[in-house]
Amino acid sequence: MIPEFGHFSLILAFCLALVQTIIPLIGVAYRIPNWTAVAKPAAAGQWFFMAMAFSCLTYAFIQNDFSVAYVAQNSNSALPIFYRISAVWGGHEGSLLLWVVILACWTLAVALFSRRLPEQMVVRVISVMGFVSCGFLLFMIATSNPFDRIFPAPLEGRDLNPLLQDPGLIFHPPTLYMGYVGFSVAFGFAIAALLGGNLDSAWARWSRPWTTISWVFLTAGITLGSWWAYYELGWGGWWFWDPVENASFMPWLIGTALIHSLAVTEKRGTFKTWTVLLAIIAFSLSLLGTFLVRSGVLTSVHAFATDPERGIFILAFLGVVIGLSLLLYAWRAPTVGNGGSFEMISRESMLLINNILLATAAGSVLLGTLYPLFLDALKLGKISVGPPYFGTVFYFIMIPLVFFLGLGSLVRWKQHALSDLIKKLRWTLLLSVIAGFIPVLFLGTTGLAIFPALAGAFWIIFTAFQSIIEKTRHKTKLKDLSMSFYGATIAHLGVAVFIIGAVISNTYSIEKDIRIVKGQALEIGDYSFLMEQIKEIKGANYTATQGEIVVSKAGKEIARLQPEKRIYKVQTMPMTEAAIDWGFFRDIYVALGEPLENNAWSMRIYYKPFVRWIWFGGIFMMIGGLLAISDKRYRSNKKSISTQPAIV
Amino acid sequence: MRYLIPFGVFVVLTAFLYIGLGLNPRELQSTLLEKPAPTFNLPQVNDPTKTLKKEDLLGKVSLINVWASWCVSCRQEHPLLMQLSKQKNIHLYGLNWKDELTAAKSWLMQHGDPYRASAFDPTGRTGIDYGVTGTPETFILDKKGVVRYKYVGPITKEVFAKIIFPVIQQLENQPIS
Repeated sequence: MIPEFGHFSLILAFCLALVQTIIPLIGVAYRIPNWTAVAKPAAAGQWFFMAMAFSCLTYAFIQNDFSVAYVAQNSNSALPIFYRISAVWGGHEGSLLLWVVILACWTLAVALFSRRLPEQMVVRVISVMGFVSCGFLLFMIATSNPFDRIFPAPLEGRDLNPLLQDPGLIFHPPTLYMGYVGFSVAFGFAIAALLGGNLDSAWARWSRPWTTISWVFLTAGITLGSWWAYYELGWGGWWFWDPVENASFMPWLIGTALIHSLAVTEKRGTFKTWTVLLAIIAFSLSLLGTFLVRSGVLTSVHAFATDPERGIFILAFLGVVIGLSLLLYAWRAPTVGNGGSFEMISRESMLLINNILLATAAGSVLLGTLYPLFLDALKLGKISVGPPYFGTVFYFIMIPLVFFLGLGSLVRWKQHALSDLIKKLRWTLLLSVIAGFIPVLFLGTTGLAIFPALAGAFWIIFTAFQSIIEKTRHKTKLKDLSMSFYGATIAHLGVAVFIIGAVISNTYSIEKDIRIVKGQALEIGDYSFLMEQIKEIKGANYTATQGEIVVSKAGKEIARLQPEKRIYKVQTMPMTEAAIDWGFFRDIYVALGEPLENNAWSMRIYYKPFVRWIWFGGIFMMIGGLLAISDKRYRSNKKSISTQPAIV
Repeated sequence: MRYLIPFGVFVVLTAFLYIGLGLNPRELQSTLLEKPAPTFNLPQVNDPTKTLKKEDLLGKVSLINVWASWCVSCRQEHPLLMQLSKQKNIHLYGLNWKDELTAAKSWLMQHGDPYRASAFDPTGRTGIDYGVTGTPETFILDKKGVVRYKYVGPITKEVFAKIIFPVIQQLENQPIS
């Protein structure tokens, strides 16, 4: 009964989504107040029924209702309760449901928190989001209903994929989707502004907090995913340029560009057409990501159930949403004025250059991801594009990006004399180059290869502090600086932290395959590894062989690690659970291999310096984003709704 | 006019994606099907002084599994390959593709070696002859060394039971000449 109730809720939600799309849009066009007033209640109603549907599916999982096909495929009665709940989004149908639920949440948030925006604008945004929701709900009801029954009902479920039985995976998909889907708000604002012809500074200011918060979620999702891959896949990597990872990275890059471009549009009233295009592209890439993952056009580690019929449906929907938006853009953009002018050397220029670099980066990722498909479609053969391509491309895009990033935070708006800029920054530049060189002294000549990247990281750090000093020199106190300034500075520092972590851990990691026997200590570098015991243990739905490894340095015990090799009962899939002794400056990472003869085991040991900094960088960026949103500018002046460019 | 460029790019992209949907990335390339397998003669991963050549595979139904130490999906199918390696009537050979010898060796040590022998193809030259597009891929050769099937992507239990094993059985029953 409960699953049918969920199914029914989905259908009702779809009907309300239709209402939410059509009625308010007509209402705005023909100025019928009663019709525009439908938008918010419809959005709230849709949210209610989506929440219902989601609760019903969760209930079916908690109750082990294996008569529901989706539950039977993704759960098992031995599965611990929290994994049973996260299994709701462990497969295709449930992920889609989560996608639409999150979309409904964002729509509701827009309806609730946009009281001081003009009615027309909000109504159009809600209508556009309703349209997106219609497409996905129809897709779900027609091809991927999570509430389908199976008869006769199996006694046991096939269990959740062991790879997904991990705390990281409880949070990874929801945060990632919050980011993906969150861009639908910025998209909605862009379409609404194009429709209404009010592409101005006010539009940019309204879009900014929504864009930034989605970006924060997307950053969190990607960081979590990378962290999960690092400790769960058991081989010490943290990014694989897998099509599914790329699908989340492209909207991130464009989203980053969008955040900066929106800032320029708000403050200077310029870049409007470019900003609106970025807003459309950011969400288009989110949709494209969904298409790539769900359609099976690309093979990937992550590829879930694939089905060409589903692919056609999503592609058609993609065509309608993105195609119409881009046509609307082509029609409306030429009528938008240019806004304030600026000189070659100005903050606008720096931001524009970095925008283009970020867009180029996203384009390269798109090209690399789809290149095999292009060749295949043109009958030129089948190939795969691997990490070397992405690595090279990114190295050359990141270096100028980092340079202009540092420069951008110190250059004035509108224009800045070159001589003054050189005078101001020559010592900073020199200092960065010297600081970038320091690791070479400590770590040897291999450091030369990473020297440009490290110098870039220090360049970001030094220019960030220089801009704080400059801002506070004329009486302004630290606490008087705006939150968005702090947010930007911290996010930029996050980029530096990330770069340091990525290049040092990639260059100086040590990786060793060893043969270890119980009771015998092995020396590797400064560390000694002793396997004290190896035993069989039992988990809720798996059995495991667990080693107890004592790691010591200079005779002192520093860690006890318990790497495991698990066999999950239902899917009989062995999983390596690596054990990590984490530290601020290094990780020691131990993964149990295969049993060898004479009670020996093969074991893989990694020593990874600074690897944590990769995720610290992500955390910095998130904090930066959150601080920027908390800026009081977005909350105050409730009465005055200015449509003029803000005076800076 | 220039504002139409994004739309134009999108139309081209959609066209490719539409064609892409019709293509199956796991599909067999017809050029090789039912043709004699290309010859090769490569050093073995475990002992580069020995070689593995096509002639070693004749006279029995053999599987060639293309793998690499850098390949994530290979890890997925690996446990199944380990199980298969314990069965006498399955002749599983490896083609180590675009890899480094030490990495490949330690990978086999770490995860276990399911192969009777693995040919070492660092340049991917033999891979090109076989039309390898990525890892993992698995070819089924009949007793005369004719390519009879190719599976792209990690083999799962289901794939093995429903597709690969029936093909092997059918080929086993065919006489050598």
